[in-house]
Amino acid sequence: MNRLNQLFNTKKDNLLSIYFTAGYPQLNTTLDIAEALEKAGVDFLEIGFPYSDPVADGPAIQHSSQTALENGMTLNVLFEQLKDLRKHVSIPIMLMGYVNPIVQYGVERFCKKAAEVGVDGIIVPDLPIYEYEKLYSGFFKDNNLSNIFMVTPQTSEERICKIDELSNSFIYLLSSSTITGINLQLSNSIEDYYKRIKAMQLKNPTIFGFGITNNESFKKACEYANGAIVGTAFVKLLGTENYLEKIQGFVKSIRP
Amino acid sequence: MNYGVNELGYYGDFGGAYIPEMLYPNVEELRTKYLSIINDADFKAEFDQLLRDYVGRPSPLYHAKRYSERYGANIFFKREDLNHTGSHKINNAIGQILLAMRLGKKRIIAETGAGQHGVATATVCALKGIECVVYMGEIDMERQAPNVSRMKMLGAKVVPATSGSKTLKDATNEALRDWIGNPVDTHYIIGSVVGPYPYPDMVARFQSIISFETKKQLLEKTGKELPEYVMACVGGGSNAMGMFYHFLDDENVKLVAVEAAGKGVESGLSAATTFLGREGVLHGSRTLLMQTDDGQVVEPYSISAGLDYPGIGPQHAYLYKVNRAQYVSITDDEALQAGLLCSQLEGIIPAIETAHALAQLEKMKFKPGDNVVICISGRGDKDLDTYIKYFNF
Ligand SMILES: Cc1ncc(COP(=O)(O)O)c(C=O)c1O
Repeated sequence: MNRLNQLFNTKKDNLLSIYFTAGYPQLNTTLDIAEALEKAGVDFLEIGFPYSDPVADGPAIQHSSQTALENGMTLNVLFEQLKDLRKHVSIPIMLMGYVNPIVQYGVERFCKKAAEVGVDGIIVPDLPIYEYEKLYSGFFKDNNLSNIFMVTPQTSEERICKIDELSNSFIYLLSSSTITGINLQLSNSIEDYYKRIKAMQLKNPTIFGFGITNNESFKKACEYANGAIVGTAFVKLLGTENYLEKIQGFVKSIRP
Repeated sequence: MNYGVNELGYYGDFGGAYIPEMLYPNVEELRTKYLSIINDADFKAEFDQLLRDYVGRPSPLYHAKRYSERYGANIFFKREDLNHTGSHKINNAIGQILLAMRLGKKRIIAETGAGQHGVATATVCALKGIECVVYMGEIDMERQAPNVSRMKMLGAKVVPATSGSKTLKDATNEALRDWIGNPVDTHYIIGSVVGPYPYPDMVARFQSIISFETKKQLLEKTGKELPEYVMACVGGGSNAMGMFYHFLDDENVKLVAVEAAGKGVESGLSAATTFLGREGVLHGSRTLLMQTDDGQVVEPYSISAGLDYPGIGPQHAYLYKVNRAQYVSITDDEALQAGLLCSQLEGIIPAIETAHALAQLEKMKFKPGDNVVICISGRGDKDLDTYIKYFNF
């Protein structure tokens, strides 16, 4: 049982998670932003660590990653910043990033360190299921970390079942095959997709990500899933002045 | 084949398909279908016919007499520069467009560095009447301007990649992002033996025509199928893999792969991946990769846009690790001098990529009677500007 499991056991609807890139806009803002988000009522957090070649990201998160790297963000720096994480923030936290920095850091060492600072889940978009199962799943389990997988409308049912079996917190649903920063497209085929997922009676809850930007898209996503993750829209807010003061208002604008 | 891919997509520890879920259906479709499509008699007939009548294959194996005198061995040029569009890249582009059509795809995307792969892809799209979008680093668009115009004339849309180092790596990122957003109707024609499995194997198979022909031509010309040496330049590694392919299991044939040292391997401005790289994951495969201790990809440098890439294909990483091929590197200056030498000794102006392989001849010690095949991967028309500036013609 980690904090993600506890959260999903107690709360089933309208869950809100926010993504931001560690080290953006300044190197040392990670904890301040996390604290402000918890205060604003967000249910769980996704902290990204930057990579030079983020192929699944659109321009806004690419920019935040590049700035964070220029600011000097590395996994070592991030874990140092998160040393006292659990003195400040109590909601579940996931780390999200691409596989190469983790492989260089050492996957086992990464999992240990993440657990040590109080991280609950990991999202690695370019870590394939096969490699996860064969090489790394033991490290995740030993450290009580949930690995979170994505599903798109093109993912086959067989594969969704496999993902459900490997997951133990939630499944990350994409409304369409897209990079980050493209607004949620709600068409009839999405309704079909949602119904298809629903009919599968998965054991894990589902959370919509990519393209949730405002209350309208959040509400829509929550009709279909247990909650939603906001990324690009929040990262854009971090690019404006006095962003810390705006966090409360931003969160309220998504989920009043 | 001893050095081929296994059923999981790996060459030893290298390869695999490290891709986000959004790309999984596309790549999986390719993985499950590529072998049956390219082994199909109908496909083979069309591929062979286009290579013959459209590309102009077989490309000649030319005995370079003045080079042979200079280096004290029988130097043969495998003339991929004489292919339609001027490089080996067309072999793969023809193969992949025929495959894409059999998969029912309606739109083609590609990345390009030197522009040769972009031109080859634009060409086959024109041939088949299919929409074509080519991503190219902003810096490469400047240094390979003639190829940008060629692609446009052929009806392709050229989209500048403005992120990161604005070269081949970033063009590849943009193409992958496009593919994520167009998962059903689009095929991505990757231009080298890189990317997630099955691309490295598929592209190697399409390029293997180079060594297939070479063996027959050598037999005719020398009475022996096997040479002592086979040499080629390596960006991602497709012309080298095509040139090595049918010699891999002939362990007596020495394989020499030439990377771009840029301003020098130690200068901080280099693209010599086997010297500077460590194991990592880039563009969907586990391979050797130039990176920081923190796992961030290092921006490479080479005067040659086609070699300006921080990784190499996973099969090359494997051949390097098990010592089946020797990996060496050549600086900008050495390459340009070799380009001049080839022009004046043999009347062939090579692409700057190719000139790296030619420059390595200066460093080799051959025995009299050695047969040496070097892949002339492309012609130098696209590089005239760079040559002119360097030599002040
Ligand atoms: C003439 C020529 N040779 C070589 C290369 C390098 O690619 P590869 O290593 O895949 O053969 C290029 C790439 O653009 C090229 O145009």
